Amino acid sequence: MSERYEIRFSGSGGQGLILAGVIFAEAATIYDTKTAVQSQSYGPEARGGASKSEVIISDKTINFPKATAIDLMLALTQEACSKYYKDIKPDGTLLVDEDFVKEIPKGTFKVLRLPIIRTASEEIGKAFVANIVAIGAITAITGQVSLEAVEKAVLSRVPKGTEELNKKALKAGYDLAKARAK
Amino acid sequence: MGKIKLLQGNEACAEGALYAGCTFFGGYPITPSTEVAEYLARRLPQIGGVFLQMEDEIAAMAAVIGGSLAGCKALTATSGPGFSLKQENMGFAMLTEIPCVIVNVMRGGPSTGVPTGPGQSDIMQCKWGTHGDHPVICLTPAYVQEIFSETVRAFNLSEKYRTPVIIAFDEIVGHMRERIEIPDAGVLEIVNRVKPTCPPSEYLPYDDSKGDVPPMANFFEGYRYHVTGLNHGTDGFPVNASPRIHTDELRLLRKVEANRAEIIKFEEYMLDDAEVAIFAYGVSGRSAKTAVEMARAEGIKAGLFRPLTIWPFPDEQVAELAGRVKGIVVPELSLGQIIFEVERCAKGRCKLEGIYRVDGDPINPAQILAKVKEVK
Repeated sequence: MSERYEIRFSGSGGQGLILAGVIFAEAATIYDTKTAVQSQSYGPEARGGASKSEVIISDKTINFPKATAIDLMLALTQEACSKYYKDIKPDGTLLVDEDFVKEIPKGTFKVLRLPIIRTASEEIGKAFVANIVAIGAITAITGQVSLEAVEKAVLSRVPKGTEELNKKALKAGYDLAKARAK
Repeated sequence: MGKIKLLQGNEACAEGALYAGCTFFGGYPITPSTEVAEYLARRLPQIGGVFLQMEDEIAAMAAVIGGSLAGCKALTATSGPGFSLKQENMGFAMLTEIPCVIVNVMRGGPSTGVPTGPGQSDIMQCKWGTHGDHPVICLTPAYVQEIFSETVRAFNLSEKYRTPVIIAFDEIVGHMRERIEIPDAGVLEIVNRVKPTCPPSEYLPYDDSKGDVPPMANFFEGYRYHVTGLNHGTDGFPVNASPRIHTDELRLLRKVEANRAEIIKFEEYMLDDAEVAIFAYGVSGRSAKTAVEMARAEGIKAGLFRPLTIWPFPDEQVAELAGRVKGIVVPELSLGQIIFEVERCAKGRCKLEGIYRVDGDPINPAQILAKVKEVK
């Protein structure tokens, strides 16, 4: 199953992580030529609590729809990081928000720390686009989906009138990850 | 080429209903089925249909029956607790032969249970939830595209056989998103109920001399008739006497039993030379398919039987399978339900092992593979 690429978006309910997963899956399977499945898991709370959304990307039909050997996990909160990191592959990557996740769990996986929420609130000026900043960073890190496909997917899913803001957020996240990878 | 979309299973169910010609939804929202209602609340008014949220699931099922009697293809969607409440009226629709479709997006139970987690523990309730002998058709899709096409098939079967049809899938399949193609109109067959051609004065709604599925008149088209939950005569008025009760109840069952070949649908995956078979539906069927691939990669001859129709149960197919494999593994998100149907058909001719899980997570392929190795 090496052709499977598993991504988990995690954080707190209300941070738009389910939407982030939907956008990424849509980019992969509607605007690019891959197969993708997006699933989610949340508690009975409407806001707060640890929340996760998963996207599996493959060149083949995807049968088992959940992540069990994660290539990349995003964690925007400490609670989500501690709760969900266990399925990361030994050679996978953990991407965390550097201001909100201070305790990095032990493992052989690679760790990337980026100021995702700070970039959204200070550089873009709206904290709520943190999920889009994260998508930009993940696009750069994973190389699974083209930036053009992701941009189309973002624009098709965000509310009218916020297109420019979200394009800027996507680019900021992409550049942030590219710069750190150097 | 139809429309390509990334849709949730629940949304695909709503799209399938619209494609089939559904113009009436009666419901009461409940996780994890709510997106079916939400989608149709937006779409039905746009096409002149009716979206009706009732005070509870009992009333919602009653509304669906009324909607269908008035000539609409009618749908309701719910989950365990709501499905329990709908049972009495579902029995009413079975006895009075009113076509309609009931979607049960299964979560953990009993009672309020695990609203946001998947379950497959209502599967016997789908068959025996309402009292009395009764015909049941229940479909179990596992992929978003399949939810669309099986919803269309559910409406077709319900219209063809004048009977309620249940679609049962789980929270994971209901909430997951996959790419689907919605075919253009005319690509998939659409079946509509047969209406009477006689003058209204001569119409008998339950006239079994017209075959096992008598023509059904819509209300408000000039035909008046009596609809009762009591056993009834050809004119629909109560008859609680022999031999009518007996012959009519046999006919109700025969509508489904005599047409098993058409109604029963399944996928066989790598079963031709299989030594171990997995019997699984819904999300467990998806896990099982991955497990088969993992087993084959290790040189183990495993295969999958994945029912898309769980009721009527594929008796003959399972019996035949049991005669030619060493063992059958049955993974299900319950503490053991559908395995007893497999056992009934296998009649001890092969080993049988269940994998049960009710902790809110799906059975993963590695769990199934381990059991396949035990059985081999």
